[in-house]
Amino acid sequence: MSGPTTSPKDGAAAARSGGTDATALDADALRRRVADLLTTHDPATTDRLDFLRARFDAGLAWIHFPEGLGGLGAPRALQQVVDQALEAGGAPDNAPRRIGIGLGMAAPTLLRHGTDAQRRRFLRPLWTGEEVWCQLFSEPGAGSDLAALATRATRDGEGDGWIVDGQKVWTSQAHLARWGILLARTDPDLPKHRGITYFVCDMTDPGVDVRPLRQITGEAEFNEVFLTGVRIPDTHRLGGVGEGWQVARTTLMNERVAIGGARVPRESGMIGLVADTWRRQPELRTHDLHQRLLKLWVDAEAARLTAERLGRQLALGQPGPEGSGMKLAFARLNQEISGLEVELLAEEGLGYDDWTLTRPELVDFTGRDAGYRYLRAKGNSIEGGTSEVLLNIIAERVLGLPPEPRTDKDAAWKDLPR
Amino acid sequence: MTTPAPPDLLYSETEDDLRAAVRSLLTDRGGPTAALAEAETGRPYDPDLWRSLATGMGTAGLLVPERLGGQGATAREAAVVLEELGRSVAAVPYLTSAVLAVRTLLGCDTARPEVAGPLAALADGTRVGALAVPLPTAPGGAPHGTVRGGAGLSGEITSVAGAAGADVLLVPADSGLYAVDATAPGVTVTPVTPLDLTRPLARVTLTGATATLLAEPARARTAVADALLTGAGLLASEQLGLAEWCLAETVRYTGGRHQFGRPVGSFQALKHRLAALWLDIVSARATARNAADALATGSPDTAVAVAVAQAHCGEVAVRAAQECVQLHGGIGMTWEHPAHLYLKRAKSDQIALGTPGRHRETLARLVDLPGPAG
Ligand SMILES: Cc1cc2nc3c(=O)[nH]c(=O)nc-3n(C[C@H](O)[C@H](O)[C@H](O)COP(=O)(O)OP(=O)(O)OC[C@H]3O[C@@H](n4cnc5c(N)ncnc54)[C@H](O)[C@@H]3O)c2cc1C
Repeated sequence: MSGPTTSPKDGAAAARSGGTDATALDADALRRRVADLLTTHDPATTDRLDFLRARFDAGLAWIHFPEGLGGLGAPRALQQVVDQALEAGGAPDNAPRRIGIGLGMAAPTLLRHGTDAQRRRFLRPLWTGEEVWCQLFSEPGAGSDLAALATRATRDGEGDGWIVDGQKVWTSQAHLARWGILLARTDPDLPKHRGITYFVCDMTDPGVDVRPLRQITGEAEFNEVFLTGVRIPDTHRLGGVGEGWQVARTTLMNERVAIGGARVPRESGMIGLVADTWRRQPELRTHDLHQRLLKLWVDAEAARLTAERLGRQLALGQPGPEGSGMKLAFARLNQEISGLEVELLAEEGLGYDDWTLTRPELVDFTGRDAGYRYLRAKGNSIEGGTSEVLLNIIAERVLGLPPEPRTDKDAAWKDLPR
Repeated sequence: MTTPAPPDLLYSETEDDLRAAVRSLLTDRGGPTAALAEAETGRPYDPDLWRSLATGMGTAGLLVPERLGGQGATAREAAVVLEELGRSVAAVPYLTSAVLAVRTLLGCDTARPEVAGPLAALADGTRVGALAVPLPTAPGGAPHGTVRGGAGLSGEITSVAGAAGADVLLVPADSGLYAVDATAPGVTVTPVTPLDLTRPLARVTLTGATATLLAEPARARTAVADALLTGAGLLASEQLGLAEWCLAETVRYTGGRHQFGRPVGSFQALKHRLAALWLDIVSARATARNAADALATGSPDTAVAVAVAQAHCGEVAVRAAQECVQLHGGIGMTWEHPAHLYLKRAKSDQIALGTPGRHRETLARLVDLPGPAG
């Protein structure tokens, strides 16, 4: 195994002292760094994991992260320069779709709220994909109203750690995960948002029981997770005791960006698949389907341009409120387009590829056949915040409409009706 | 399916400044309230406002190169002006003169004085022009041959936007494109009562009208087609501005109006509708900016970008105006409240320069998604 090019310790020191002068890191400088990496670690002869570790240590993993933590403190907009140069050089990637929860949610939360030790311990194997992460948030009694969660964390005898008991549900990838980001209640006497603490849960702890939960597609992408006397050292707490909700907001904000904010070329995703079928099989066409297809094509192109615009704003460091809208738009589009596709396929649409219970390694919304896409897309308006809840958020936070009257915000959690 | 090079979908600083200047002018002149008063005068447009906007600020010449007497800007800047004009439903002949007529002239041989002369006059806003085609004409659908003749033109064109109040009419005829002075003998411009009170419509009747040839038939056809494409693409920005006003006004109103002991805007049924409208407007902005940028850069993707913007923004503006009326309750139904001006403009704009359905049919051809055979 090749040694790191920058030691994490040096990197952290550089990050504390202000890091690299970001203005010096233009696209050319980054391309040079990529070239250096490709020279010292020829992808053709270097083990995949060794290469990924070296890339992380060279600060080329996520360049907007600080030095020593896989980045260079460079503008996020330049990441695509790095990615393109690495791809052109035949470098392996970290299979980002396999580790979406780690990359999209755990990492930004660790960066923002983690201690130096936590960031150094967790970020590197997270990014390389050596350690998969899952999100232990939702519970049978707490979904949209996540802050109502009932999983308890109590100080263990010595006071140097925590004991966790409770049940989580809909936990995607828990069957693969080494770590879980966990929300647990540490003070039931406080109002619900204030008594929560955020932890990193070791999924190999003997008290963690992961059971597959089969979904409408036939597979079990998510799980039920039973937590019984799970021990979590206090060093695996993220943020202050009782501050879990604020920490969770970082995670949830990034979840929506991760789900909705991706850049897409024209006719990629679902619309491209149905357009291909349309072109290949003229005998399936009807006037009604034609009108609906054209409408959806326009909507998909409009959504693509909106995502493009959002991406530009993010790259310039002016994130717009558009992000929260993208997830909504894509959920609706995925559902309507896949529904149209099954209908277009007519006789073929009556079949389904395979109902076998599998526990997939990654989620591919556009994978498999039209029937699968149609069923899987139903989750798009539920996972990561339901469409109804997102509409509430847009109405109140973006448009500034007055909130609904609420009775649950200030009462002690233990007194709330359940 | 090829994806075009990434367009610039944001607003530049210059564009922001231009917007601020236009908005402040329109606000000073009384905004939508003034638009209602103006509509009731029966004049085709407010000449003072036009002078300030077109000549004073130089917006009439944005699309015209400096050497031809314009500002040498692009469709991107004109789009920003149109957003603001949509937001205030101002009755000024910007789309019809500074976009459609100007763009038609730019498609002719500008080295010829018969072209350059009227172009410079339209560009500095001292004269107003109109392209004499029916307002519903979609890009690619320009009717030719309804008007006949050479030096003396005869024929009739219905539903010409901005003809009333125009000084010069650009008339596509069987033998080419002509300039006709609106006051010349043999020219009758008969206003018709429009649904949209802020954009005059007229029937143009020519009986042996004296005309100046601007372009031979082939060139005329491309000039008109190009003008219609530009007009349709930029109309999307007007529709965007219009929709934005409707949303902002409705959010303001429902946030303050109390029923059942709470602001009506706190009811989730209304919140969800307004949030959904916001989302539509966010994507309308992306498509309108995309069309404006494609027109500005001469992108090979322009026809697709315009058709997408029109198919999308036409519907969004109508929905925004309809929601605005509905969520205002009774007051939204009154003549006094400006919501109806927006509804009427939105509904007319939906028909102008091709309905959304027509633009979708265009797309079917452009992106190879043909309908069933037969
Ligand atoms: C495929 C998939 C993967 C998932 N993966 C994970 C994961 O990895 N980790 C994790 O922690 N969670 C995960 N989830 C859980 C997901 O976040 C929740 O399902 C979601 O937040 C909704 O909660 P709920 O299921 O309890 O529904 P509920 O909150 O009970 O909602 C029921 C219905 O009521 C509506 N509703 C609720 N509140 C309101 C309101 N205030 N206004 C209007 N309507 C409202 C909802 O929109 C919904 O239609 C996953 C879910 C799915 C479908």
